[in-house]
Amino acid sequence: MSALDLASAVRSGERSAVDVIDEHLARIDARDGEINAFNQVTAVAAREAAAAVDAAVAAGKDPGPLAGVPIAIKDNMCTTGVATTCSSKILEGWEPPYDATVVQRVAAAGAVMVGKTNLDEFAMGSSTENSAFGPTKNPLDTSRVPGGSSGGSAAAVAADFASLSLGSDTGGSIRQPAAFCGLVGMKPTYGAVSRYGLIAFGSSLDQIGPFSKTVVESAALLEVIGGHDPLDSTSIDQSAFDLTSVLDRGVEGMRIGILRELSGGEGGVEGLSADVIARTNEAAAALEKAGATVVEVSVPSATLGLSAYYLVAPAEASSNLSRFDGVRYGLRVDAPTTGEMMTATRTAGFGPEVKRRIMLGTYALSAGYYDAFYGRALKVRTMMLQEFALVYAEVDLLLTPTAPTTAFRLGDRTADPMTMYVNDVCTIPSNLTGHPAISVPFGVGDDGLPVGVQLLGPALSEPTIYQAAAALEAAAPGEGSLS
Amino acid sequence: MEWSGAVSLGAMTQRITRDEVVHVARLARLSLSDAEIDEFTSQLGDILEHAADIEALDVGDVEPTLHPLPMVNVLRPDELCPALDRDLLLSQAPAAEDGQFRVPPILGEEP
Repeated sequence: MSALDLASAVRSGERSAVDVIDEHLARIDARDGEINAFNQVTAVAAREAAAAVDAAVAAGKDPGPLAGVPIAIKDNMCTTGVATTCSSKILEGWEPPYDATVVQRVAAAGAVMVGKTNLDEFAMGSSTENSAFGPTKNPLDTSRVPGGSSGGSAAAVAADFASLSLGSDTGGSIRQPAAFCGLVGMKPTYGAVSRYGLIAFGSSLDQIGPFSKTVVESAALLEVIGGHDPLDSTSIDQSAFDLTSVLDRGVEGMRIGILRELSGGEGGVEGLSADVIARTNEAAAALEKAGATVVEVSVPSATLGLSAYYLVAPAEASSNLSRFDGVRYGLRVDAPTTGEMMTATRTAGFGPEVKRRIMLGTYALSAGYYDAFYGRALKVRTMMLQEFALVYAEVDLLLTPTAPTTAFRLGDRTADPMTMYVNDVCTIPSNLTGHPAISVPFGVGDDGLPVGVQLLGPALSEPTIYQAAAALEAAAPGEGSLS
Repeated sequence: MEWSGAVSLGAMTQRITRDEVVHVARLARLSLSDAEIDEFTSQLGDILEHAADIEALDVGDVEPTLHPLPMVNVLRPDELCPALDRDLLLSQAPAAEDGQFRVPPILGEEP
């Protein structure tokens, strides 16, 4: 049953929210030992929140558009009094004194948090294997990764532990796990969703967004979490999107570009597997059949995205993570002086990938290297923005694969960091430009695992993106349908 | 290539040296084992090698983009408003005393 059907059953009194939550908690009990989607299941608080929803319904009050819908929250978003770990030892024992804005907004809409989900430590990774609490497994095939970094949030929805979940996307961390788990995953325009209470990784790249099984559920959740927030100075000053009302408009007359450099075209990025390219071309054909005009377009600098990202994101991370020093919260490893205490705390608290990125970022920002690496990466960002602007003068949206392959096996890519980083090659450009992008399931690969295709648009083009995503979902082979 | 005290040909093409890794670790307040220093020297070298396409790029007078939104100086009205409770915040600290965060001695340390 979709989140929206659940909400309408709860709102009408046909189903009790407590029953809905109990049903999901039972499923978590039965299977999360194997999947490890959650760092913490908040069963007691969830039952209390569900009872409050039922009481509101009984009293004739409006319980909100997502009344009684079980939702899972990535464990890098602050939840009052509920441990928030970023899947890192360095935040051991920390309970945030406030809620992230998105956590407040989903609760105000009647959704019920069932737990905090696992992630690559501080959201640095593409497989959820970099967690201090062990990897999450893909519910569709437990020998495979769920993707990352929001792998726990993706797995929670794919395993029916929750109807919806929230993730964060700095270089593809919502879209790639959505693709690997057969879900819809959206990275909204930078600034369209408040980041207040999201523990920062790359502040000019991070964005919160929804996971769901269908496009309409994704649109409904983004309507709830979007809109201006005075507590986030990078929040765009405009009201929330109206998305659910445009889903049935179709793509007749829309112009969609296949982005050559990211879709297996000549001179583009390498390593995209043939089945993924085939599904992307089939998606293009489906959009054409539905009335869109499909053309091939070029953004040459898109091939530089990976290099630029792995300078910009670590640079911002090294700065953001300097706050974890054993003074104000979380872990402290005692030592005779403050300096030694800080070094001992950070050395014990951070895992290998986080240390690698802090090192890379500190190096890229250090004297003598700033201009050669970081400064140039920021100029590549400008070039990309200019080239995308030219392309968006010709087409409404762009189509690419979401990830180069389907879900890979646990342990397959942990030995060499670069083989992990190339996973993000198709998703990174949207973070560097701040533009929105959605991953929609479209068929399966040769291994029978889901393939995701990605729709990209200019800033604040969410309504157009969702309109096309709905058409793509309706045309997808297999189960895809507008529910 | 037999000049003493100089770097080998291999090291000349190396993107980052072992000494630089040790220096950067100190800046980042991380203590690395010898094995970790070797591993990071090699891995960071690989990653920076990948970034060579950017190093080689002619970026001319392109302006850098630090941030995707053209927003500057977002200010709130200068009005008193409630803040988080001090005792609540200090309750999350590893050590606190007299309403303040408590740390080990800082005097006499190397900077």
